Amino acid sequence: MTQTTYDGPPDYRLVGEHGMFPKTSHDEKARFNFLAHLNRHLASRILPGVKTAYETRIEPNNPSPNHRNQVRKDLLKDPLFQHWSAHRRNTMELRQQAGRWVTLRQADVLNEKANRLTYGDPRLELDPSLELPIYLSSIDHHCMPGSYHDELVPGDVTGAANYDAGIFVTTGGGLGRFNDGGGHAVVAWMKKNRPDFAPKRILDIGGGLGQNVLPIAQAYPDADVVCLDTGAPVLRYGLARAKEMGVDNVRFIQANAEDLSRFEDGYFDWVQSTMFLHETSVKAMPKIMAESHRVLAPGGLVMHVEQPQYSADMPLYEQAIRDWDAFYNNEPFWTKLHELDLDQWMVDAGFKREQLLHGGVAAVVDAELFPEHANDDVEDYGRKAAWHIVGGEKAAA
Amino acid sequence: MTHTIDPLALAGAKPKGKRPYFLDNPDVERVMAITMAVAQELAVMRERLDTVERLLESKGISQDDIDTFVPTKVQADARGAWTQEYLARIMRIYQQEIEALDKPNEPTSEDVGHELAKDD
Repeated sequence: MTQTTYDGPPDYRLVGEHGMFPKTSHDEKARFNFLAHLNRHLASRILPGVKTAYETRIEPNNPSPNHRNQVRKDLLKDPLFQHWSAHRRNTMELRQQAGRWVTLRQADVLNEKANRLTYGDPRLELDPSLELPIYLSSIDHHCMPGSYHDELVPGDVTGAANYDAGIFVTTGGGLGRFNDGGGHAVVAWMKKNRPDFAPKRILDIGGGLGQNVLPIAQAYPDADVVCLDTGAPVLRYGLARAKEMGVDNVRFIQANAEDLSRFEDGYFDWVQSTMFLHETSVKAMPKIMAESHRVLAPGGLVMHVEQPQYSADMPLYEQAIRDWDAFYNNEPFWTKLHELDLDQWMVDAGFKREQLLHGGVAAVVDAELFPEHANDDVEDYGRKAAWHIVGGEKAAA
Repeated sequence: MTHTIDPLALAGAKPKGKRPYFLDNPDVERVMAITMAVAQELAVMRERLDTVERLLESKGISQDDIDTFVPTKVQADARGAWTQEYLARIMRIYQQEIEALDKPNEPTSEDVGHELAKDD
C-alpha cells in the first residue's frame, strides 16, 4: 500500500468554537465532515469529467456557442452534468438540513445567549421598520431557509448560527477556523499595498454576521468599525460573536446599503464589501456605488471583493460552470453581476478612472490546519476562496 | 427544556425559490437524494466506530485485535441470525409479492369495502 500525503478537507473539530458557536455532537461533526468531503469529491473527481464530457460529446455536436447560456443549455442535456448538478444541489440541501438541525435543537440556548450578550448594548442598532429589498425577500440565497433575515421566534439567531457553522462544509475549510479568510486577505492586501493607511472609520456593507470585518477591526483596533446589513438575526448574532471573540470596536447596524443617509458625506475612510454585490441587483448597484462614494472621506478607499468577472478571454464553458450557483443555488444576480463593467459603475458613481484599484486576493488561513485553496488545483467554480478586487480611491482634500 | 421551535419539522425546510430537477426522471433524483442521505449516515456511523476503536486502542485493545477477531460459534450464530432478520426486513416487499403470486384475483381493500357497504 502506498502512502500519500493527505490533502483533503480538515476535520470539523478544528473549526473555531467561539463563545456563540453552536455546540455539535460527535455525529453532527461527522455529518459536516462527510459533506465537506462530498463537496470536495464533486469538485475534484466529478467536475473534471463534466469538462471532458463537454469537450468530447457536447461541443462537437454544438460547435461555436455564442453565449454561456447556450453552453449551459447544452450541458443540461448531458447525463454527467445532470448527475453532478443533482448531487451539488442535494449536497447543499443536506448541508442546510444538517446545520439547521444543530442550531434549531439548541435554539433556546443560542437565542438566550445572544440576547444576554446584546441586550441594551448600543453597538447593536436594529430598525424593525426597515423594508427588505426585493433581491433578499424574493429568494433564500444559497438555499439557506429563512436567509439572513427570518426569525422563527422573536430574537432568533439560529439562521445566523447555521450560516456560521456550515460555511466550513461548502468551502472545505478553505476560509479558515473562523470563516474569516476573506477578511484576513483584505487586511493583508491593505497592509502590503497601503502600509501607511490609518483609517479612523470603516464601513462594511452587507457584512452579515461580521465574519470578514472582524479581522479588519482587529488589524485597525483604533478604528470605529460599522458592520451594516439588512438582517437583524445576523447582526444580533454578529455582535454576540464579536464580543465572545474579544473584538469591541465594531457596531452592528441594520440598514440597506442603498441608503446610507444616516451617515454624513465623507464620514468613512474605508468602505468595504466582501462577496456582497452578487446578492443585490442592477437597480441597487448604482445606489450602493453612489452612496459608498458619498460617505467616503477624501483620501479614503472603497474596496469590493468578488469572484472574478466574466471577461472575454474566459472560456464560455468556465462561465457556464461559474454560473451554476446563479441558476441552481439561489444566487440569481450572480450571472448579471459578473458580466457588468464594474469599472464603469465606479466611474459613474464619481471615481476617476485613474483612481480605480484592481487586484486579486486569496483566503489567508492557518496553513498548518487548513488547505491553502489558492495554491491547489481544485477549482470548485464560484466557491474557491480566491477573489478579485475592484476598488477606488478618493483624492485627498 | 421545552422548545418553541420544532427542529424535526423545520431542519429540512424548503428554501424560498422553486427547486430545480436535473435528471430526466425526477423519481430517480428523489431516490438519489435519499440514497445520499443514507450514505451520509453510514459515514457518520463509520466515524463513530473509528472513534470507539481509537479509544479502545488507548485502553489496550488494538486495531489488530479487531481485525483478527474470530467470534465463537455462539457469537457467530447470533450475528448470522441478526443478519437474517435484517435482510428479512429490507426485502419484505419481495416476500409479499411472492406470497401474492398464487392469489391473482385477490380483492383490494377498496373492493372489500364496496362489498361491505352494500345493504342489499
